[in-house]
Amino acid sequence: MSDIIRVDGLSKTYGVGQNAVHAVADASFGLEENRIYGLLGRNGAGKTTLMQLLTGQEFATRGSIEVFGESPVENARVLDRVCFIKESQRYPDDFRVKHVLRSAPWFFAGWDADFADDLIRQFRVPVNRRMKKLSRGQLSAVGVIVGLASRAPLTFFDEPYLGLDAVARQLFYDVLLADYAENPRTVVLSTHLIDEVSNLLEHVLVIDEGRIIIDSSADELRGSAVDVVGARTAVDAFTAGREVLHRAGLGGLATATVAGLDETGRAAAAAAGLELAPVSLQQLVIRTTTGETADRTNGENA
Amino acid sequence: MDDSRPIFLQIAEQIENDIISGALPEETQVPSTNELAAYLRINPATAGKGVNLLVDTGILYKKRGIGMFVADGARARLVAQRRDQFREQYVTPLLTEAQKLGITPAQLAAMIGEASR
Repeated sequence: MSDIIRVDGLSKTYGVGQNAVHAVADASFGLEENRIYGLLGRNGAGKTTLMQLLTGQEFATRGSIEVFGESPVENARVLDRVCFIKESQRYPDDFRVKHVLRSAPWFFAGWDADFADDLIRQFRVPVNRRMKKLSRGQLSAVGVIVGLASRAPLTFFDEPYLGLDAVARQLFYDVLLADYAENPRTVVLSTHLIDEVSNLLEHVLVIDEGRIIIDSSADELRGSAVDVVGARTAVDAFTAGREVLHRAGLGGLATATVAGLDETGRAAAAAAGLELAPVSLQQLVIRTTTGETADRTNGENA
Repeated sequence: MDDSRPIFLQIAEQIENDIISGALPEETQVPSTNELAAYLRINPATAGKGVNLLVDTGILYKKRGIGMFVADGARARLVAQRRDQFREQYVTPLLTEAQKLGITPAQLAAMIGEASR
């Protein structure tokens, strides 16, 4: 499979001097065709800025971006094949839901009107209501419907679930999987609700303070870290010389999150009387992105 | 799905379990990758990886244009494999825990005899 996005040394800085904010800092990565990616990170980590850069809505301060082999900026050949569902999409004041559906085919060559109508019914969106009058959840539902029915070869969903209830979120995930299976395309899903989507993702990018700190297949990440639980002395002895992502303790008990433990390591832990507990993707992301602003001298723990 | 192991391994194991239990008899068709993905709510590529693992080991085979089928003799091979793993996965931890509690192997054997009666 070929890279659909190629990013090299990408930086985006707002402001100058001491007040400069490095929203994206020296990011380099590639996204392959027809995969579902998760773009994960805390508030203000740089997820939205990165997606704006990839869709030509922001200019890079440094570095290069290639989408379908070309720069996306002001480039219809690229942008015709891209759909970006933003968290806070604005619509013309007098637009109703049906106007959004009617205008979508102007922007998306692959628009499937029947599929959109079907989704409108499933998400129970009132087509004659003005966009301004929709609830937060209904507004998100319209975004999700446009993103799915556009069938764009490259689709970005930036936290598409705001205000969506649990039923609608599950519906979104189910429809996304089913439609992706029939119409493969590249999907980038930015989200905080990691546990909800972790099984949908094939590959994960974690961004923290503008830096890509994890770029790994979801299956490799799964089981890449384990919690080692036991007597503090035993845990300390076991973790000496190993990469520890996080430590916590209570009295004589300690828990250490250890990265990259292989079968021999697991056996050694069991022999030392330590318990091993799995770490979910969400916990792994939390543990690698917790903490205050710090220089990441050993942040390469992917 | 549990979080400790790659999902594709868990998929492969679930299919193996269904073959061993007889839910998926030999020479029957297994669900397609997309069916598995939709049902288990996982990425289709991950489901495909799990299925391919079983194709590589000859448990499943591909009929071009039709789908995946359980190979002849797959059940017997899986049972033999699982028996080899039984000691490591069940007997060794059982003995370790018994030792911790001061239960001798003879007492353990007696307990197993009673429990299976």
